[in-house]
Amino acid sequence: MSTTSLPVLTANDFASDQDVRWCPGCGDYSILAQMKKVLPSLGVPPEKMVFVSGIGCSSRFPYYMNTYGIHSIHGRAPAVATGLKASRPDLMVWVITGDGDGLSIGGNHLMHAIRRNLDINIVLFNNRIYGLTKGQYSPTSPLGKVTKSTPMGAIDNPLHPLSIAIGCEGTFIARSIDTNIKHLGAMLKRAAEHRGTSFIEVYQNCNVFNDGAFDYATDRETKADTTIELEHGKPLIFGKNRDKGIRLNGMNPEVVELGKGISEDDLLFHDEQAPEPSLAYLLSRMSYPEFPEPIGVFRAVNHPMYDDLLNAQVVEARKARGDGDLSKLFNSGETWTVA
Amino acid sequence: MRFCGDSGDGMQLAGTQFTNTSALAGNDIATFPDFPAEIRAPRGTKAGVSGFQIHFASKEIFTPGDQVDALVAFNPAALTTNLMDLVSGGILVINKDAFDEKGLKQAGYEENPLEDGSLAAYQVFPIEVTRLTRLAVDDLGLGMKEADRCRNFYAMGLVFWLYDRSLEPTLRYIEAKFGKRPEIAEANRRALKAGYNYGETTEAFASQFRVNKAELVPGLYRNIMGNEATAYGLITAAKRSNCQLFLGSYPITPASDILHELAKHKNFGVLTFQAEDEIAAVTSAIGAAFGGSMSVTTSSGPGIALKQEAIGLAVMTELPLLVINVQRGGPSTGLPTKTEQADLLQAVCGRNGECPLPVIAARSPADCFDAVQEAWRIAVRYMTPVFLLTDGYIANGSEPWKIPDLKSLAPIEVKHPGPLSDGDVFHAYARDERLARPWAIPGTPGLMHRIGGLEKQDITGNVNYEPANHQHMVDLRARKVANIALDIPPQAVDGPATGKLLVLSWGGTYGACATAVREVQAKGGAVAHAHLRYLNPFPANLGELFKNYEKVLIPELNKGQLRLLIRGQYMVDAAGLNKVQGKPFSVYEIVNKINELLR
Ligand SMILES: Cc1ncc(C[n+]2csc(CCOP(=O)(O)OP(=O)(O)O)c2C)c(N)n1
Ligand code: SF4
Repeated sequence: MSTTSLPVLTANDFASDQDVRWCPGCGDYSILAQMKKVLPSLGVPPEKMVFVSGIGCSSRFPYYMNTYGIHSIHGRAPAVATGLKASRPDLMVWVITGDGDGLSIGGNHLMHAIRRNLDINIVLFNNRIYGLTKGQYSPTSPLGKVTKSTPMGAIDNPLHPLSIAIGCEGTFIARSIDTNIKHLGAMLKRAAEHRGTSFIEVYQNCNVFNDGAFDYATDRETKADTTIELEHGKPLIFGKNRDKGIRLNGMNPEVVELGKGISEDDLLFHDEQAPEPSLAYLLSRMSYPEFPEPIGVFRAVNHPMYDDLLNAQVVEARKARGDGDLSKLFNSGETWTVA
Repeated sequence: MRFCGDSGDGMQLAGTQFTNTSALAGNDIATFPDFPAEIRAPRGTKAGVSGFQIHFASKEIFTPGDQVDALVAFNPAALTTNLMDLVSGGILVINKDAFDEKGLKQAGYEENPLEDGSLAAYQVFPIEVTRLTRLAVDDLGLGMKEADRCRNFYAMGLVFWLYDRSLEPTLRYIEAKFGKRPEIAEANRRALKAGYNYGETTEAFASQFRVNKAELVPGLYRNIMGNEATAYGLITAAKRSNCQLFLGSYPITPASDILHELAKHKNFGVLTFQAEDEIAAVTSAIGAAFGGSMSVTTSSGPGIALKQEAIGLAVMTELPLLVINVQRGGPSTGLPTKTEQADLLQAVCGRNGECPLPVIAARSPADCFDAVQEAWRIAVRYMTPVFLLTDGYIANGSEPWKIPDLKSLAPIEVKHPGPLSDGDVFHAYARDERLARPWAIPGTPGLMHRIGGLEKQDITGNVNYEPANHQHMVDLRARKVANIALDIPPQAVDGPATGKLLVLSWGGTYGACATAVREVQAKGGAVAHAHLRYLNPFPANLGELFKNYEKVLIPELNKGQLRLLIRGQYMVDAAGLNKVQGKPFSVYEIVNKINELLR
């Protein structure tokens, strides 16, 4: 008698034979490495996975994965993924996009993919710049950002990707940082396990055109004070000595110091499952330097999924009217015979 | 005959009922609905006039006809905008009640045409349709508005009497449609019968007409509209190829009805996705095609313009995809409810880079069904997106459709390569004898591959920018599409194999061209007709055909797009007959041009 055991996959099994062509030092490498590390733990074989991307440095990602992949056109990855997942609910579909790709040219599709809540995972690499086209400002670049296309400084208000995702009724919303590899891996895993659209923003350093954009959040010296890790059911505490927290003052968050009459119980407790997205939205608005920037899961709720509903309608129609019969269809309405 | 009135008067319904009844009576039919772009133009104005023309005959016909023998005009605006199409001596039924001061003024009449003798050339029947309809439904307790809504049934009844038509099909329709609201159903029944009885009892009309059955090919028939035939064609092609049908679409006139029709048939496993825009519509279809579905996207000119970048991606990734363009008047939003054939170059050339793909066109409402079968056969056989062109005229027009014998529909072969064993390498851009690459779908072990819009290395499909490879791949993609010419029927000609003049047409002008050529042939003119289904590549024998005729005439509802392609490819100095008025050709326009060239 022979026994067959399922092969145990490793990160290497998910690596394609293509040379990775990002600039040395690019944050994309780290995201790729974490992805390859997390996928084997999901119990999904590589042939059941599809990576869909748009255009941009980050969108080269599918070439480096030994899965199915489609590098589509600028901004349209969420729509490509929608057609794929709607017609093939059995596949695990990842969308890889950038801040320019996803929020500029593809803003419309991103919005609709999230609100439909298909069971797909969207990872937005936010480097606050256009990398591939060599350094123009992006929708997430801060006001005043000097770039090749804005020599006198950007004058458009930046977008907050997570605020948008929440506004689109996103059911899983998270943020992580390319260099915080443990956290990033954990977020990717949770996103994969979420049923419905998951949306992760990853702060990613473009060391060529926007080096150091997230130094405040990654620098060993400052990150404890400039970021705050969200944990479900726990109070919002941060700081090197874990001596600061976020308290709600009416509708507004404020930074407070613990002790001196303020205890943990006075702080805002994180509830990622809150049915109302207001608190998640409030967290998505907290930005440096006024506030530490939250990383972690902002929101994780359950909601019906588009791919389920769409395919359930087919089942329902078949139940109600029987399997489609061409001859019945053709002969519907009034017919006559010519002899 | 033609019904015309305000767009709220129910003229389309009247036309459809008369069409179905005539079809059931065994006539050959062709219809031409013509409605305003505004959903609600002010009542009674010329902008709000809606018309429905029906040509029915005891012989085979190809067009809804140039001129009408009978016109039903529901108001002065309808009369003034339609009268020029009524033959001299024709029947003119008028709703006299609408010819009051206000109505006349809105239509721009200074005097009442019913009184000033200007209609002397016609047989005029001024009938108080409004008053008589109200009388007919008087005791049902309907409001005035609801009562007036039955007027079209009154007019139908009258016309049904005039042409000796059975009321039965329309009575069945009323029961099916209004059965749940008995008082409305009863009112419509009464109005219909009242109109019929008016014709029978009043002796207003000197005679009834009887149009005998047409001599059609034996078989089982039904009436079908172009968009409906397209939708049925898609469902059928999916079934024949054993594929799941996925439609990604965004509403646009006159293509929306394909989406509506498919959405009704989910029990065939049809997935319809109303996307957020046309780009999402086509890209979702590309995603579904990658997943192994029979993917389709439908639109009209402006929407197709948006889709073109993605269609280029489908060419590059060599995925099967149907792009259906129900053409309308352009440029830009143009004439949204009117027909034109001006998107041919958009289909053939409208993308960046060297980006060839097959283009085919349907020629009549029922032909949309067959055209879809052919488009999908080519798409899967060659792994390529295929453009299918129809137009507003055939999409909304209808004709008898000989219901196909299901056994005669052979399967369309679709191959997905199976799993590879460990160690074997899968080449996503290896090719078969037709130069088609394999359609490997996600979920298959060992075939993991990545595709995209960047240039591909021959065979492996890896990203590759080498100059010689790009030249090779551009040539290869072009050759693949050009070779389709060997896989389609040679171009047939209706008429003499050699002669003075060849009329070359494509798409929805088929009917007008075929009728015109036969008319001239019947009078001894040396003219032949070739109608193209395949616009890229052209049939292999087309160049030879041109050598057999002294002159070539290409009638088109555009400024000469096919002519440009024909001249470019075959160096034939073809003459054009070009019209861009949002209206189909009249037969006489083509006859005149043929005669001019034959002189
Ligand atoms: C239709 C179209 N417009 C413009 C471009 C050029 N383009 C390529 S990538 C890009 C911006 C990408 O920015 P982002 O998403 O931030 O990606 P990054 O390269 O930074 O990862 C632009 C404008 C294109 N490829 N296609
Ligand atoms: S340009 Fe920036 S984002 Fe692109 S690969 Fe280089 S470092 Fe990375």
